[in-house]
Amino acid sequence: MAHSVSAPGRWGRRLAAGAVVFYALITILPLLWIFMTGFKTPQDSISYPPKVLFEPSLEGYVNLFTTRSRQTPEYMASLPPPDTWYEELVRSRDMVIAGPSKFGERMMNSVIIGFGSTFLSVLLGTLAAYGFSRFKVPLEDDLMFFILSTRMMPPIAVAIPIFLMYRTLGLSDTHLGMIILYTGVNVSLAVWLLKGFIDEIPREYEEAAMIDGYTRFQAFVKVVLPQAATGIAATAIFCLIFAWNEYAFALLLTSGTAQTAPPFIPTIIGEGGLDWPAVAAGATIFLIPIVVFTILLRKHLLRGITFGAVRK
Amino acid sequence: MRGVSKHFGEIPAVDHLDLTVGNGEFVVLLGPTGAGKTTTLRLVAGLEKLDAGTISIGGHDMTTADPAVRDVSFVFQQYSLYPHLSVYENLAFPLRSPAHPHSKSEIRRRVTAIAEMLRITHKLDNRATQLSGGEMQRVAIGRAMVREPQIYLMDEPLSSLDAKLRADLRLELKRIQQDLGATLLYVTHDQIEAMTMANRIGVIDQGRLIQVGTPREIYQDPCNLYVASRLGQPAINVIPPGLIPRFAVPPGTASIGARTEHMHISRSVNGSGQGKVEWIEHLGDQNHLHVRIGDHQIITLVDPETPMSRGDDVDIALTGPLFFDAAGNRLRGTGDG
Repeated sequence: MAHSVSAPGRWGRRLAAGAVVFYALITILPLLWIFMTGFKTPQDSISYPPKVLFEPSLEGYVNLFTTRSRQTPEYMASLPPPDTWYEELVRSRDMVIAGPSKFGERMMNSVIIGFGSTFLSVLLGTLAAYGFSRFKVPLEDDLMFFILSTRMMPPIAVAIPIFLMYRTLGLSDTHLGMIILYTGVNVSLAVWLLKGFIDEIPREYEEAAMIDGYTRFQAFVKVVLPQAATGIAATAIFCLIFAWNEYAFALLLTSGTAQTAPPFIPTIIGEGGLDWPAVAAGATIFLIPIVVFTILLRKHLLRGITFGAVRK
Repeated sequence: MRGVSKHFGEIPAVDHLDLTVGNGEFVVLLGPTGAGKTTTLRLVAGLEKLDAGTISIGGHDMTTADPAVRDVSFVFQQYSLYPHLSVYENLAFPLRSPAHPHSKSEIRRRVTAIAEMLRITHKLDNRATQLSGGEMQRVAIGRAMVREPQIYLMDEPLSSLDAKLRADLRLELKRIQQDLGATLLYVTHDQIEAMTMANRIGVIDQGRLIQVGTPREIYQDPCNLYVASRLGQPAINVIPPGLIPRFAVPPGTASIGARTEHMHISRSVNGSGQGKVEWIEHLGDQNHLHVRIGDHQIITLVDPETPMSRGDDVDIALTGPLFFDAAGNRLRGTGDG
C-alpha cells in the first residue's frame, strides 16, 4: 500500500451509510411509485392526496396487453358469462376485449435492437481497442480523438440528416437501421472504455501465449478476452442502457415494424382515457430485462480477478 | 546468432551480436539494466524483428519465423501467469496450443511430473493469483519446462524474489537444468546468479557482447576493465600505477585492477605504511576493510580475526594483479609482484 488511508471512525461510517441510504431512497422512490401505480385502479392512480395504501388490481396489466372496445349495456347483457378473470375485469368497465395490444411485439423489438446493437458495439469496440492498444497505428491519437468527437454533441443534433439518409436508404423503421444507429453511437464509448481496460493487461500474457504456440488471434481469445471480461461487461451494460432507453431516434425513425417500447408506452395513455396504471405496468415490465442483465453481469464488474499476478 | 542488430529509433539496443549456445549448455548474459540483454532474448523468441543478422535454432534459420514455430519457451521477469486460470491450467496451456498439440493423458502426465519436480503438486487446483511469489515463479518456470523446446529463454526470472528464495530457486533451477539436459539462455544483472549457474557467461554492455567464457575465465582473465568490474564482491579496486611504490608495471599501463586475492595487507611495523585503515565493515563471516592510500580508497575482504583497527597504518603488497591500458583494455604483461 503506497498510500495509507486511515480507516473511518464509527461516526464516519454511520454518516457514510446514512448518505448512501438517503441517496438510495431518493433514486428508488420514483421506481417504487411506478411499480405501485401499475397495481392501482385508474381512479386510485389519480386520487388526491395520493394513496399509499390501496387495494391492488391487475387492471393496468390487463389494459397493457389488450385492446378493448366499449359496448352498450344491452350487448353486454346478451354475452355468455366471462371465461377468464381478465375478461371479467374488463367487462366490469362495460368493455370487451377486442384483441391483444402491440406491447409484446414492441418489447421484442426493444430486445432485438438493444441486445443486437450492444453485441455489435462491444464486438467492434473490443477489436478496435485491442488494435489501438497493441499496434502502432498511424495517427493513433488523432483517430482516438476523432472517435471521441462523435460523442461531443447530442446525437439528436444530427437527427434530420439521419432521418433523410435512412428514408433514402430504406432503413427507416427497420431493425437493421436501428441496430446500426445505436451501434454507431455506442461504439465510440466502447472503444474508449475498452482501450483503458486492455491497456492494463500486460503484453507479456499474449507474448507468452504466442511463444507457447498460439497465433496472435488465439492468444487474444484465450488470454486477453477472459481478462478483459470486467471491462467488456461494464461496457455492455452502458451500451445496453443507452440503446434500451433511447427515445428520440426511436420516435423519429420507427413507427410500426421496428418500433421499440419507449415510444410505444406513452401511446397507451390515449387509448381510453388517462390510463396511468397501464403506462406504469408497461414501464415496470420494460425495466425487467435490463435489471436482469445488470444483475447477471454484476459478478464480472467486481474488479480484482487480475490483481497480483503481475508485479508492477 | 550471427551479427544480430536491433535499433529502437536511433539507439542501438543490440549491436552485431554473435553467440552460439551449445546443446545442453547453460549460458548467462550478464549486464546492467539497458544493456540489451532482454532485447536479445526477445529477438531469439521472435517477439522483436531484427534489423540485421540471422538467428538459427536447432540448425534451422528462424530469423523471420513467428514465435509460435520457433520451439522456444520463455520465462518472463514478471510472473505473467494467466490469472484467470488455475495452476494446472497454466501448466497445461502450452501443451494445448495448436502448434504443439498433446493428448489429454499426455498433458496430465507431463503437468503432474513437472509439478512434482517443482514441488507444487498440492497447489495445482489453486488459482494462479493465490500463490506466493516464489510459488508463482516456480509455476512460471514450470510452464516453460512442461514442453521440451529447443531452448529455454529466461529473463531475470528470479529478480523479483527475496534473497533467500532467490538462493533456493537458483540451486533448484540448476538442478532441473542438469536433470533435463536442457539448453538455456538466461539473462541477469546478478553476478552471483551468473557465476553459480552458468556453463558460460556472456558479458554484455550497450548492446555489445564484450567477453564470453566460463565463469572462471571471466573472473580470472577478464578482457577489459568493464568485465573485471562486473564480477567480484567487493568490486575490483582500480588504482593508478605508482600508487604502490616499487611495483613495476608493463609499459602502457593506465590502471591496475586489484582484487582481494591480489593484495596482501599487513600492519606496518615502523609506522610508515602507505595506507591507513579508514573503516571496517563487519559482515559476520568476514570483514570489509576500507583502506585509504593517498587520494584512493580500496576495499578488500579480510578475516574477521585480523587484528586491525581503524587508524592503523598498513603496508600493501600486490601479487599478480590485472593491468589495463588507457582505453580500459587488458594488458597481458606481468608486474614484478
